[in-house]
Formats: sequence, structure tokens, C-alpha cells
Amino acid sequence: MDLSNINPILLVASIMISATPILLAAIGEMVVEKSGVLNLGVEGMMITGAVIGFIVAINTGAPLLGFAMAALAGALLSLAFGVLTQVFLSNQVATGLGLTLLGLGLSSLLGKPYEGMKAETLPKLDIPLLGDLPVVGRMLFSHDIMVYLSLCIVVAVWAFLKYTRAGLILRAVGESHDSAHALGYKVIRVRLLAIMFGGACAGLGGAYLSLVRVPQWTEGMTAGAGWIALAIVVFASWRAGRVLIGAYLFGGISVLQLNLQAAGLTWGVQYLSMSPYLITILVLVFISSNRSRSSHDAPANLGQTFHATR
Amino acid sequence: MIRRTLLATAAAGLTLAFGAPAMAQDTTKACFVYVGPIGDGGWTYQHHQGALAVKEEYGDKVEIAWQESVPEGADAERVITQMALSGCNIIFTTSFGYMDPTNNVAAKFPDVKFEHSTGYKREHPNVSTYNARFYEGRAVVGHIAGKMTETNKIGYIGSFPIPEVIMGINSYYHHAKLANPDVELVVTWAYTWFDPAKEADAARAMLDQGVDVITAHTDSTAPLAEIAKEGGSAWGFGQASDMAAFTTNDDGTPGPRIASIIDEWSPYYIKRVGALMDGTYEQIDSWAGMPEGEVVIGTMNDAIPDDVKAEAQAMIDAISAGEYHPFTGPINKQDGSAWLAEGETADDGTLLGMDFYIEGITGDIPN
Repeated sequence: MDLSNINPILLVASIMISATPILLAAIGEMVVEKSGVLNLGVEGMMITGAVIGFIVAINTGAPLLGFAMAALAGALLSLAFGVLTQVFLSNQVATGLGLTLLGLGLSSLLGKPYEGMKAETLPKLDIPLLGDLPVVGRMLFSHDIMVYLSLCIVVAVWAFLKYTRAGLILRAVGESHDSAHALGYKVIRVRLLAIMFGGACAGLGGAYLSLVRVPQWTEGMTAGAGWIALAIVVFASWRAGRVLIGAYLFGGISVLQLNLQAAGLTWGVQYLSMSPYLITILVLVFISSNRSRSSHDAPANLGQTFHATR
Repeated sequence: MIRRTLLATAAAGLTLAFGAPAMAQDTTKACFVYVGPIGDGGWTYQHHQGALAVKEEYGDKVEIAWQESVPEGADAERVITQMALSGCNIIFTTSFGYMDPTNNVAAKFPDVKFEHSTGYKREHPNVSTYNARFYEGRAVVGHIAGKMTETNKIGYIGSFPIPEVIMGINSYYHHAKLANPDVELVVTWAYTWFDPAKEADAARAMLDQGVDVITAHTDSTAPLAEIAKEGGSAWGFGQASDMAAFTTNDDGTPGPRIASIIDEWSPYYIKRVGALMDGTYEQIDSWAGMPEGEVVIGTMNDAIPDDVKAEAQAMIDAISAGEYHPFTGPINKQDGSAWLAEGETADDGTLLGMDFYIEGITGDIPN
């Protein structure tokens, strides 16, 4: 084993790239869950974003347009989920699972002609001054624009939920939809908007996979990333800052264990790769065993159906 | 009496209408169970090419059917049963994990032929197994890797630590070492057959540590896409399928895929379906390779110097002619104990159960 082979600068740089898709999907899902809706269709929306982003980037040669269309496709798909669950009051768990299956099938259908093709990828940003700094320049300031956009989204979501009136309303809807309704807030409208934001973020995350991280389209390429995003939201106990930590931890451990293997470590890598899931289970146990600490709790009305006449 | 005759006639008519075609067998139905999507561009894609070749060869005399992305385990048993019920005459199950489901279903349908790929269990007379000698291909790309590396570090992305993969690692390293005594091998285990993001991460981890030639034992093209980001200072190989999209870059320079190991199942599928149709079908355990055309090295691109191409071609010719076995001694095991003496070749039993690295590979095989 020779750990000196691992270059910490390159390691951090590849962790940031590896974590970006799940970070985007997780921060979107967190907003959805904050509004009291459980959308288990993250995987389906991600892979739809991946295929749409790839198709648009191939046909137009503009990867950024691909990202925009991927976000739109994710939002539209999630709107179907929103209408079913919010207007027709269908079961959120079943509908979310259905959305995943729909997304997987739809993407493989749409993506058939694009297998094996290569798309234009996003250029690395050349940030003046910051990018020239030793060590941190290569580590933090030489990525593509989506890495920074994902971080901006996290900060924006945090500020939105903490400091704005709209954010307060969204949280109120998630904590008690009946009270929010009694106060005259449009519960369904708020939730639909949150669902669409979640879909757009998942779409961006998927497009990051197909356009930057693995720059190609392969059927089923998300391979469970959407489920990891869902786990991160729980792990983060519904807080934006912790979503960031969780996503970088999940992505980081996956990259780190491969680097350790390449450096010659063979013992214990399996344990390292399962550790994020173990931590998630521990967090869940902690949350459910400690009811007094409401700050760790899930939104009170998470997953519950709202009907104004009740 | 008349009524009874009428019923009897009707019964006979029904038998003629519905029973007879099943017995007469105008067409033979060949069915395929795939572990991944056909669009993986690798393992499953090649099996499907074999299925299409059967249809091409026999035309209207055969009918083919398939199911993609069938999980290994209980679901597989349900899918295989469904296929047997739907009139398949021969069912090819194309992943190691279908071994027990295939044998379980075979017990219930003695008239249907079952063919399981890469396994070893033939519990019933209607179950055959087939595999290809992929280590012959690994030997050729190992030689190329040894010649191409400039950092003297070559990589292997393993899926799971099973004999099939360990055999590939040993063959790859042995021939790289023969071509370049200074070569060092880095192995990473992805613990998946198909997860493009993870496969790309594995390639990235190795590239970051100075590995410049990588071969993958997973199913997607993601490692090649990751290698392509190095812009011509690192190389890889197509795995299972030709992965020709990576042979040449858009600007005409040689791409990251410098050669490939192609699984060519068509000859086997055509032979077996043909045997079933003309009545010469027998239970077998097939393990064919380059001589039979089941393992093929794809076009070598221009990143490889001409003399290395010629050496690789000579090795392909020798293996195809049966003159060279990739595991020919002297080869020691990792701990230094003797495995093969000078000129001795490995027997199939040892290869199929291979659970050790050869001398020179560092690290342990995970349990």
C-alpha cells in the first residue's frame, strides 16, 4: 500500500464532481419534503433529465441548453406527480414509485438512437486569480459552471427557507397544511411549485451525469443515484447545509474507497463503501428515538394527503 | 349418440387447431434472458447480436424472443418459467447469477433446452453450459498495455472477485510483464457489473494516481469516456463489445480505445439452434475461444506503434492456431510457490476455480 500515490488536490477535485449530481437531486428533494410532500420519483426524474439533456446537447451542440431542457423535463415530469397527488389525491409513495418506473422506461425509449454517441461537454471555467492560486486553485476553482451553480442553489435554498416570507410559508405548509390553509395560504399551489423545483433540480443532476461526469448516454445510467439523494435528505435531517455535507460525504466516500484501492489498500474498503448507509440508518434511529428534539424531526405533515374540505 | 360423436369431432378439431402446431414444430423458438439493457454497449449488447445472428441465419425457421434487465435471483426464475410456458424451445440465460434459476426451471420443463452462460451447474440432461476463453483476449491486450504504458502503471477495473475476473487479471498482468518487466498492476473492485458513474470514478481514481493504460471488466463504456478526458496521454480497451465510438476522436486523432476484446456469441448460438433443428442436439459444456472465433480482438487503432501491432497479431495467430496457451509456465503464484513449470500449461479445472494472483501482483483478493 502506498498512500502517497493519492494526490489530495486531485482527490478533492474528483469528489466535487462525483458529488454534484446527488447534491442537486437531494437539495431539490429537500425542498419538496419541506413542503410536506414525499416524492420517491427522484431516480425517474434524474434519468429523464439525463437523457433529455444529452439529446438536446447532441442536437444543438450547446450543453448549457441541454441542462436547461433537462431541468424543464424534470419539472414537467414532476408536475405529473404533483397533479396526481395534490389534485387527484393519489397515494404519494405509490405515485412516486410509479414516476421512477415511468422515467426509467421513457428514458430508455428516448435514448435508444443516442447510445454510443459523444456529446459536447461543459468547459472547465478559467477563473482569473482564484484559479491560479496554488493548491486550492486546482482543487476548488477549476471546475465547470454546474459545480458552482449547485453550491449556489444550496445557499439560495438555505437563505430562502430561513430568511424569506415565502420560505416560511413553504415550511408552514409542510408542518401543518390545515393551519396554513386556515390562514389563507394556497397549500396545493405551494406544494406544486416545490414539487416542480425538486423535479428541475433532479433533472439538472441527471444531466450532469450524462453531460459531464460520464459524458455519454447509457440506459439506466443513474444506477440508484436518485435513491441515494433520498437517503441524503433524511441523513441531513431536512437542512440545506447538512444536505451539502451529506452529498459530499456520500460522493467522497465512494471516490475515496476507489482511490484507496488503487493505492493498494484491500482490507476494509467494503466497510467504507457501506458506511454512508450505516450512518443514514443511525440518523434515522436517532431521530425516531428522540422525539423531544424537534429540530431533527421530519416536516410534521410529510407524505400526508391534503384536502381543503376536511 | 349423435351428440357424443359431435363432441368427439369437436374435441378432435380443437386438438388439430391448438395442439398440432405445438407438436409439428414448423418454427423453433429461441429465447434469451439478459442481465442488462441491450444498450449497454457491452456484454448484453453482444449477446443480443448473437441472437440476431441466429435469426439472420435461419430466417423464417426460427423465432427469437428476449427480455432485458432481468435481475439475478427470484425474478429470473419467474422470467425463465414464463418463457418456457410461452413455447420457447431453447432458452439462453446469459449471466452467471441465473445458474440456479435455470436449473430449477429446467427440472420442470424436460422438453425445453436450457443453455446457461458462464456457469458450471448441469443438474438436468436438458441443461448445457457455455462460456468463452476471455483470458485469451486479456493476454493480447495485456501485451499491448505493457508496451504502451509510459508510467509503467497499468490498471484493471474488476467487477467481483470471481474466478472469471481473477483469470483475466492474471492473464493481463502476465503478458504485460512479459512485454515490459517494469510494469506494475493496479486493481480496483467496483462491486458492480453496470454502474457507469462508479466505473468512471474507478477509472478516474487510477488516472489520478498515474495509471495510463486501463482495462475494464465491467459492462459500460464509461471508463473509456473518462480516459478520453486525458486527451491522448492514457489508453483503454473496449470490453465485451468493440466500443468503436472511442476508436477515433472527433479531430481525427486516435481515440482512447486502442483495441478491444469482443465476445462473439454468434457462432455458438447458430450452432446450437441449428443442432436443435436438425436433431443432433446434445447436452454439452462448451468453453471455446479464439480458435472457434468466439473471442475476437477488435481493430487496433493508430496509437499503437506498428511493431507492437505486429507482435499482438502474432500472438492472436498463435492462440487461434492452438500453438500458444496464455498460461504457459514458468509462472509462480503470488506467494512465490511454483504453479506452472517451464512449458507446462494450465488445466481448465484450475482456471475455472482460480482464486489466487500470480507472482508480481501486489494486494490481496477480497473475500
